[in-house]
Amino acid sequence: MSNAATSNGKRKYVPKRNWAGTIAYILLAAYLLYVLTLFDINLQRMYVGIDRGAEFIGRMMPPNFERYALLIEGMLESLQIAVIATTVGVILSLPVGFLAARNLMPAWVTWPARAIIVACRSFHPVIVAILFVKAVGFGALAGSMALVVASIGFISKLFAEAIEEISLKQIEAIRATGAPFSSVITYGVLPQVMGRFIGFISYQLDSNLRNSTMVGIVGAGGIGGTLFAAFQRFDYDFVSAILISIIAVIMVAEGVNNIMRKLYR
Amino acid sequence: MNQQTLDNPTFLEKKNWTRFTPLERTSRFLFYVVTLAAIVVSMQTIEIIPEFLIDAPEQFADMFNRMWPPDVSYYPDSIHDAMLETIHIATLGTLIAIIMAIPVGVMVAENVTQNKLLNWIARFILVSSRSINSLVWALLFVAILGPGPLAGAFAIAFRSVGFIGKLFGEALEESHKGPIEALHTTGAPWFSIMTMGYWPQVLPTFWSIVLFRWDINLRESAVLGLVGAGGIGVALSTALELFFWDRVCMVLLSMLAVVAIVELLVTQIRKRIL
Amino acid sequence: MTQLATASEPHNQANTSGSLVLKNLVMEYVPGVPVLSGISLELEAKGITAIIGPSGTGKSTLIRCINRLVDPTSGDIFFKGQNLAKLKGRQLRYARRHIGMVFQEYNLLERLSVMENVLSGRLGYVSAFRAWLRKFSPEDIDKAFELLEQVGMADFANQRADALSGGQRQRVAIARALMQSPDILLADEPTSSLDPKTSVEILDLMTEQARLRHIPVVINIHDVSLAKRFADRIVGMSAGKVVFDGPPEDLQNDHLKTIYGGEDWLS
Repeated sequence: MSNAATSNGKRKYVPKRNWAGTIAYILLAAYLLYVLTLFDINLQRMYVGIDRGAEFIGRMMPPNFERYALLIEGMLESLQIAVIATTVGVILSLPVGFLAARNLMPAWVTWPARAIIVACRSFHPVIVAILFVKAVGFGALAGSMALVVASIGFISKLFAEAIEEISLKQIEAIRATGAPFSSVITYGVLPQVMGRFIGFISYQLDSNLRNSTMVGIVGAGGIGGTLFAAFQRFDYDFVSAILISIIAVIMVAEGVNNIMRKLYR
Repeated sequence: MNQQTLDNPTFLEKKNWTRFTPLERTSRFLFYVVTLAAIVVSMQTIEIIPEFLIDAPEQFADMFNRMWPPDVSYYPDSIHDAMLETIHIATLGTLIAIIMAIPVGVMVAENVTQNKLLNWIARFILVSSRSINSLVWALLFVAILGPGPLAGAFAIAFRSVGFIGKLFGEALEESHKGPIEALHTTGAPWFSIMTMGYWPQVLPTFWSIVLFRWDINLRESAVLGLVGAGGIGVALSTALELFFWDRVCMVLLSMLAVVAIVELLVTQIRKRIL
Repeated sequence: MTQLATASEPHNQANTSGSLVLKNLVMEYVPGVPVLSGISLELEAKGITAIIGPSGTGKSTLIRCINRLVDPTSGDIFFKGQNLAKLKGRQLRYARRHIGMVFQEYNLLERLSVMENVLSGRLGYVSAFRAWLRKFSPEDIDKAFELLEQVGMADFANQRADALSGGQRQRVAIARALMQSPDILLADEPTSSLDPKTSVEILDLMTEQARLRHIPVVINIHDVSLAKRFADRIVGMSAGKVVFDGPPEDLQNDHLKTIYGGEDWLS
């Protein structure tokens, strides 16, 4: 109403402004300027940076695959970490997620389960990896354990949400046939959530694979250690070889994931 | 009736109803075998030193003993400024990522950009961005720009482009065709169709993606300091190198507090804008 | 134990034959606000009974009380020599096996095939482990195919339930209920989500199958003309009480006025 003021019998159109939105954009722009000055970013530095970047890329080319044995060894270890972390993580997540589902469980069960999920999610996997390196020593075991923790935090939460979203109608129908509780689960609940569970698991496998290439930086096994060492020795052509391999492995993994999802759609 | 049932092909398979077709069953079976094999091989070949594993609980107890009580005085000395820097890294990184992600997201959406080559280029950019971890991006940018928060912000930005761009592209692809068609029939130019047709539809999704990523970036920027890219990670890594576990504990507690505050903030903002 | 308790009830003799007797059934979701305020009904072991009444008057609650998907606050439900209202755990499950139910929104297992949906009618009899592996007996599978042919869905056996139309889904749901070899069939607004033509087809199918098997049917339905056309007996409910009970011929406009209130809509 207030947008259309009438004068002289003609209606005027005044477009409505979203002041809150406009102010938010202005604040964001002001913040951007502030941080740019804070980090001392100016054209000259950018110019030097581009120069150095070009030189850096030049040194990365061509990728050097001479030390392929080292590369393959690290990559296999990363894959192993990802597989183990996902397997153990999923096995532990199933009960935690189930217990955290508020439509199936009473509050005194869901609260502790949710506390576990929050605890597992609160730290970055690398920080968890640091703690595990201290506890079990350098190597793939620490990396696997760190990623197990990350997996529990992520999958349990999604499991619980998926279970909370199921349609109760199908459960009602199965209960009406006089089926035992376990059959209500296998027919009424599982078919509804299975496809999504598989999706979560494949997503987590993907995410664990990406992270397993990184935990090596703090000594928790996998290709990350090799990569870090190559950086420190300025072997940039080996660095690029490792990066290309990581991208390739992850793209293959995405393909495998797609097949897996089709199989269990 | 009888003749009819005999002619009916389903009558013949009556006795042997199975849940899956043979092809489905074989592929599933193969899949199980491969999965199991991968798990078994991984379990067998992974390097586990049993002494270390047995020692783990004791080591953990020792670590927690050294951590408690946390060194509170470390907060004003070193943590506070580093924490602010971390927040700046995450925010600046997210903002730079938005600027880069919007064009790439538009390029990857097949309904908006009807050019297979551009789609593929965009997809390649997104996959590369996501495949390389932010820590690895940080290593790269430290090598290029030298140590410091700027390298961290760029690492965050380059890692986030893939995430924001992919989800933004998907949101564009899922937008309703109706309004777009209506705009096309008015003869509107491409840019108007973008701003009037697509943008209002994807706006809430877009900001919720950005918020989600900002939340993730805050956690990620906290570790970038481990490779010299600024922020709280620098304080953490100094404390770790000197084995000052009470300081490590203080850093971890501060991180927890920030993450909790941000989570509350994000939920509130999301409620407001959605 | 419940068998002993009910044996002393006067209704028992009529009861074992399969009639359904509700005595003073009360249901309150919120204490003090009854949805059903003392329903007493005696339904014979055969024939179609339609329950009519405005939305929110407790029709669905009543029918869900019978197979205890909803627990009544007080009152008794006698069926086949048992007081269903007092059953617990395994006994309740065993009682449910004899009560088939058809739902308004079909309640099919969306991601499973038509065949799995029909076979799920046997879940009360098959061990959970065998059910999980889909190891149903050849007799069950034969019966499922027979039922699918009877409801005209044999060609769809391996399709997923979410690929079917509304009418097809309800046919599968009927087959699932019949798969239980029920002694009574409950139907909660089975046609409310269907178009008029399909509604008639579904009611035709349901009543025909029930008559073939000599089992009674209790249908919640808000369409009065459909109720008159298919039912042998009509029960009118309003505000949690029975306000009409008799053969369809006796149902007059005056009755409809008491059931639904107002009269403008009648002309």
